[in-house]
Amino acid sequence: MEARFRLDYPDFTLDVDLRLPETGITAIFGPSGSGKSTLLRCVAGLERAPGGFLALAGETWQDESRKFFLPTHKRPLGIVFQEASLFPHLSVRKNLEYGMKRAGNRGEGFDAMLALLGIRALLERSPAGLSGGERQRVAIARALLTRPRLLLMDEPLAALDLKRKLEILPYLEKLHDELPIPVLYVSHAPDEVARLADHLVLIDNGRAAASGPLMETLARLDLPHAPGDDPGVVLETTIAGHEADGLTRVEFPGGALYVSRRDKPPGSHVRCRIHASDVSLALAAHGDSSILNILPATVVAVAPIPPSGHVLVQLKLRGDNAPLLLARITERSRAALDIAPGREIVAQIKAVALLG
Amino acid sequence: MDASSLAAVWLTIKLAALVTALLLLVGTPIAWWLARTRSILKGPLGALVTLPLVLPPTVLGFYLLLFMGPHGPAGRLMDSLGLARLPFSFAGLVVASVFYSLPFVVQPIQNAFEAIGKRPLETAASLRASPWDSFFTVALPLARPGILTAAILGFAHTVGEFGVVLMIGGNIPGKTQVLSVKIFDYVETMEYAQAHWLAGGMVCFSFLVLLCLYGGRKKSPWI
Repeated sequence: MEARFRLDYPDFTLDVDLRLPETGITAIFGPSGSGKSTLLRCVAGLERAPGGFLALAGETWQDESRKFFLPTHKRPLGIVFQEASLFPHLSVRKNLEYGMKRAGNRGEGFDAMLALLGIRALLERSPAGLSGGERQRVAIARALLTRPRLLLMDEPLAALDLKRKLEILPYLEKLHDELPIPVLYVSHAPDEVARLADHLVLIDNGRAAASGPLMETLARLDLPHAPGDDPGVVLETTIAGHEADGLTRVEFPGGALYVSRRDKPPGSHVRCRIHASDVSLALAAHGDSSILNILPATVVAVAPIPPSGHVLVQLKLRGDNAPLLLARITERSRAALDIAPGREIVAQIKAVALLG
Repeated sequence: MDASSLAAVWLTIKLAALVTALLLLVGTPIAWWLARTRSILKGPLGALVTLPLVLPPTVLGFYLLLFMGPHGPAGRLMDSLGLARLPFSFAGLVVASVFYSLPFVVQPIQNAFEAIGKRPLETAASLRASPWDSFFTVALPLARPGILTAAILGFAHTVGEFGVVLMIGGNIPGKTQVLSVKIFDYVETMEYAQAHWLAGGMVCFSFLVLLCLYGGRKKSPWI
C-alpha cells in the first residue's frame, strides 16, 4: 500500500509518504494533534489532499497528478470511529444490513461475524441501549460485513473505560489472527499498539518519523518518543508450559523467559513487553541473583538519553532470528563495565509484562 | 358560525396545508445547504431567508405585489405564458405565504441538520452510501423532530398571517378571504359575536399547536 499526502492547514502541515504492508495491523502512533487522524481521513477520502496519491493492492484510489479521486462511498473500505457511530434510528440488525446491502453482501459471513464479535444477542436492540464496548463491536462488524479491502480504525478504544477496553481487546486480537485484509489502527495508547500491531508508523508533527515492523521499530535507538515515555521492546512468545511453583515458561527464538502464571494453554501465542528500565546488564552470570531471567546478549549500539545521565543500550540475544532488547543504564555504569558495540554481556530482566 | 366564516376557515386550512407542503419541499434543500456549506454565500443567503422574520408584513407584501404585478418580472412571465396574474388570486397568496413563512421552516430544519454533525454521514459514506442515499436514509430520518417542528410552525404561521394577505390577496370572499382578514371584517362591521367564534377558535388552535411543540419534549424547540 502506497500513500502520499500533503495537506496544509494554517497551523499544521501533514506531509507523509508511506509504503505499508498489505496484511496485518499497522499502528499509526503519535501524540494527540500529530496528524494521525488526518492521515486516516485522507486514506478514507474524507479529506482530499491536493497532491495526494493512494494505491492499494495494485488499485489506485487517488492520483491527483491525473485528477483522479475516488470518493469515500466508492472505496472498498470500512471505518470504525472513536465514538460510537451507529445510526441511532436503526436497530443493530438494520445497522449491520445498511452496509451489507449497499456493498452487495447478501448475508455471506453474517453468522460467523456475529459469533466472532459476540453480538448475536444484540441484533434486535437499539444502539441507545448498548454499552460502549458493545457499540464498538457492532460498529466493527458493520464495517467488516461490507467486505472491505482495508479497515481503518480511528482510536476505537479511546472513548471506553479500562473495563470496556479489556473486554474488547480480545476481539481485536481475534480479528488480528483471522482478518485477511490490512488494518490501519490509529492510537496514542502504547499498550494497544504493543498488543495488536505488526507494523508501526510513528507520526510526529505531521510527518512520519519512522515506519517499519513493530519489533524492529520499537528497538530503534534514534526514536526517543517511541510508544510510551519508557522505551521497550515487544517479544512474540509461545507458552511452553506451566511450572509447579506458579510460573509460566514462554519461549521465543533464541531463549525463554519465566513469567507469572497465565492461564492459557501451552502452544498459545502471547506477546511480552520488556521495558528498557527493567533490564540491567552484567559482565557475567553469577547465579547469586534473585533475578530469574538472565539472558546472554551482545551489545549492538549505545545511545545517550541526553539530560538524564542515562544511556540506552541495544542488545541482540543469542541465536538465529533472536530479538533485540533495550536496556536503560546510567552512563557511569556504562563506563565502569566498558559497554560498547560488540561486547558480550548478560541481560538481567527484572520484569516482563504479558500482553493479553 | 355562518357560511362565509366557514368558507374563510376552509380557505385558510387549504392555504396553510398547501404552503406547508411547498415549504418543506423548498425549505429542506435550503436548510441542508445552509447547514453544510462553507461558501461565503452562507451568510447573505441565511440573512435573506430570515428577512421575513423581521420585516413588517406590509413591506414584504408591497414588494411581492410589485414583483407579481403587471410590470414586475413575475407578472410579465405569467403574461407571456398566458397565465392569470398572481395578485388577488389564491395562487398569489400561496406564493406570498411561502416567502413569508420560509424562515419558520428553514431554521428548525437547518438546526436539526447541524445537530446531526458530519459523523453519521461520513459513516454512511464508509458503508458505500452515495451522498443522495445518505441524505434520504440518514440525514432526513435523524432530522425528523426538526422537520416536524418546522411543519407545525410553518402551518401555524401561515394560518396567522394578515398583513401580507391583505397586500397581495385583498379580501375576496371564497377566494382570498382568509380567517384573519375575515375577523378584521367582522370587527369593522361591529359583528362581535361572529368575530368571537373565529378569534376564540384561533386562540384555542394556537394554544394547542404550542402545547404540541412544548409539551411533547423536554427541551424547548427553536423559536
